[in-house]
Amino acid sequence: MKERFAIGFDPFVLPFLVGMVFVLGYCLFGLFRILWQLPREDRRKFLLSLITPATALKNIWDIFCNCLLHVKLWKRNKMLGFMHSSIAFGWFMLILLGHLEVFIYCPERVHLFYYPIFFNYFVANNESTIGGAVLFFLMDFFLLLVLSGIALAMIKRVRSRLFGMRRTTRPSMLDRIGLYSLWAIFPLRLLAESFTAHISGGSFLTIPANWVFRQFLGNDLNLLPTWWAYSIALGIFMVVLPFTRYMHIPAEMMLIPMRNAGLRIRHPRKGFAKMQVLSCPGCGVCIDACPMSVQKVNIKDCTVYLNRQIRRGNEKRIEEISDKCLLCGKCEAVCQVGVEGPKMRVAQRSVRRYGLTPDFAAIDTAPLVQAAAAQVSKAAAGPKVLYFSGCMTRLTPSIGKAVTSLLGKAGVEFTWMDREEGLCCGRPLLTAGRIDAALALIRKNQEIILGSGASVLLVSCPICYKIFTERYSLPGVRVVNYADFFAELLEQGRLKLEKSDICYVYHDPCELGRGCGIYETPRKLIGQAAGIAEAEKNRAESICCGGSLGSLTLDFAHREVMTRKALDNLYGSRADAIATACPLCLSTFRRYSDRPVRDLAEVLDASTVSSFQP
Amino acid sequence: MIDFGFGLSRSSSVKLDEVDLGLYHKLEALEPGVRVCMSCGSCTSTCTAGPWSGMSVRKLILNLQRGKDVEKMLSCCMLCGKCTMVCPRGINTRHLILSLCRIYGKKQ
Repeated sequence: MKERFAIGFDPFVLPFLVGMVFVLGYCLFGLFRILWQLPREDRRKFLLSLITPATALKNIWDIFCNCLLHVKLWKRNKMLGFMHSSIAFGWFMLILLGHLEVFIYCPERVHLFYYPIFFNYFVANNESTIGGAVLFFLMDFFLLLVLSGIALAMIKRVRSRLFGMRRTTRPSMLDRIGLYSLWAIFPLRLLAESFTAHISGGSFLTIPANWVFRQFLGNDLNLLPTWWAYSIALGIFMVVLPFTRYMHIPAEMMLIPMRNAGLRIRHPRKGFAKMQVLSCPGCGVCIDACPMSVQKVNIKDCTVYLNRQIRRGNEKRIEEISDKCLLCGKCEAVCQVGVEGPKMRVAQRSVRRYGLTPDFAAIDTAPLVQAAAAQVSKAAAGPKVLYFSGCMTRLTPSIGKAVTSLLGKAGVEFTWMDREEGLCCGRPLLTAGRIDAALALIRKNQEIILGSGASVLLVSCPICYKIFTERYSLPGVRVVNYADFFAELLEQGRLKLEKSDICYVYHDPCELGRGCGIYETPRKLIGQAAGIAEAEKNRAESICCGGSLGSLTLDFAHREVMTRKALDNLYGSRADAIATACPLCLSTFRRYSDRPVRDLAEVLDASTVSSFQP
Repeated sequence: MIDFGFGLSRSSSVKLDEVDLGLYHKLEALEPGVRVCMSCGSCTSTCTAGPWSGMSVRKLILNLQRGKDVEKMLSCCMLCGKCTMVCPRGINTRHLILSLCRIYGKKQ
């Protein structure tokens, strides 16, 4: 074990050093800027979370699992999981072991950035010592691991279908430079270490390669050029890194602690949102997931392209992409790093300036409050149920009819809050980015609900249910979705179901499933009332019906294609009929479906056998 | 029509040469769907805000085409989107209203 050069320096380390200093400086500067952009209380929350032991440990664990081992990706796609974790974890181990070698063998060089990277050039070791043999073996093993990952990456670039990806993103010019330099780094490292192996030692990979090379290249003249090439490849990769998708490597390590600290997007381009944009690896998983991508013309409106356009500052395209999205949330559900595409779009919509703001001050809620209160107070003992059907149910009155019929059969006394006239829940305004107007409507509705004296608010529309649970402040009122409510009535024995012969396939509405996390209750209920089948894409990956109010600009022709695609997915289960739990999905599917579409309440109502006798 | 000054009701004639259609033309550029409206009134019958403010997309478009004020109607829209869903002509009325709110009162 001896150092080959007393000076411990060679000019070939310069490209690497330049790249390293640049990328570190850039990332530190960017980090401080993002921290500066965070609102004061968010910054406090984030910094506090870093020193709280529980969150700090969770941060380390999450970073290890997601950034290095890519556990989430493994669960989704084994091939992609192996490819990414072999490169990330292998590279991490090469760096870690390099540092370990320097610590063990020449601790006086520890302050030199480049020493662990080019250790084999500067230090001559011998694999005959046990320490050297183990370390060299590990180094070669992890290099082989990384090389296998790189080989898979090359195959994927040519044939992405082998990896189960139908569409991937088109890399930009700089992305390509980053990609090719990344590919070059590890083969060059293998070459450089192989050429040096007879001097510095090696293991199962580098020593045989050294024998082969020395058979026809008998001298050491090609030793330095390969180290130069290795260093230059590293340098290029690190210099272009901040401007390519590889920025996700450092950014994701900061995104995870920020998310664990419980930060939310408050500005579409600053702070947490900026961190998410930088963390997007551009993998394109969201392209196949996006319901809009059934049409080629919409492919460039997926979240991955939103992130790319935000990084480029292309305002026109950012506006277009933000307005077109259906906000179904599927890209968020499949995203490996947790980019919140829908929330970023809503934030983008909310900074827009309008010449005219809605004003609901003129709406007098007093008659509504009185009417509701009068009816609620008439109800006998027990929970005072107020039923809010939502304005969308007016286009599908069968839902309201079925819900009231079920409540009647179960002997539940209730008041229908918006039977005659009602206000919108405010969610459409919220998704359109008109947050102040939405809050004004929310206050109006709160007045009615609280003024009525009800203790349970039964909601049959998941769009309304989401905003009731998230944005309303209703002390003393239990907000309950009708699926949960009917499940309770069944448990109490107030409703009795008889299984019918019809087999339903259940479509998860975006707002109820991904939005509120209610997947199992509707299935359980339908399973008791009739047969149930599953579509290929279900639960968190259910396909949006195409009727979503989230999109501001999508027209009917485009929506129809999406609806038909979603229906095809449901037809695949060979069920007789389709069941769903959202008035919007119901009316959208009914327009194009070739088989009956029913709401959960209708399915239950048709199968209820006995009525409640007190 | 000649106004003799002693009619029972005010004349409701619109002189299209004199009205300012600037807002309508600007809206046309942003949402061309406004042209295909056939005033069927489906939007009016489904409107959530209608009972509260007399909001009606049909009336809104007619008023725009006649250069009349639409501010009161617009300011009560809750964007619930039912008018879009029932429109037989497939007009994206939500986008129409949002675009109108955007250009409203802006001089250009």
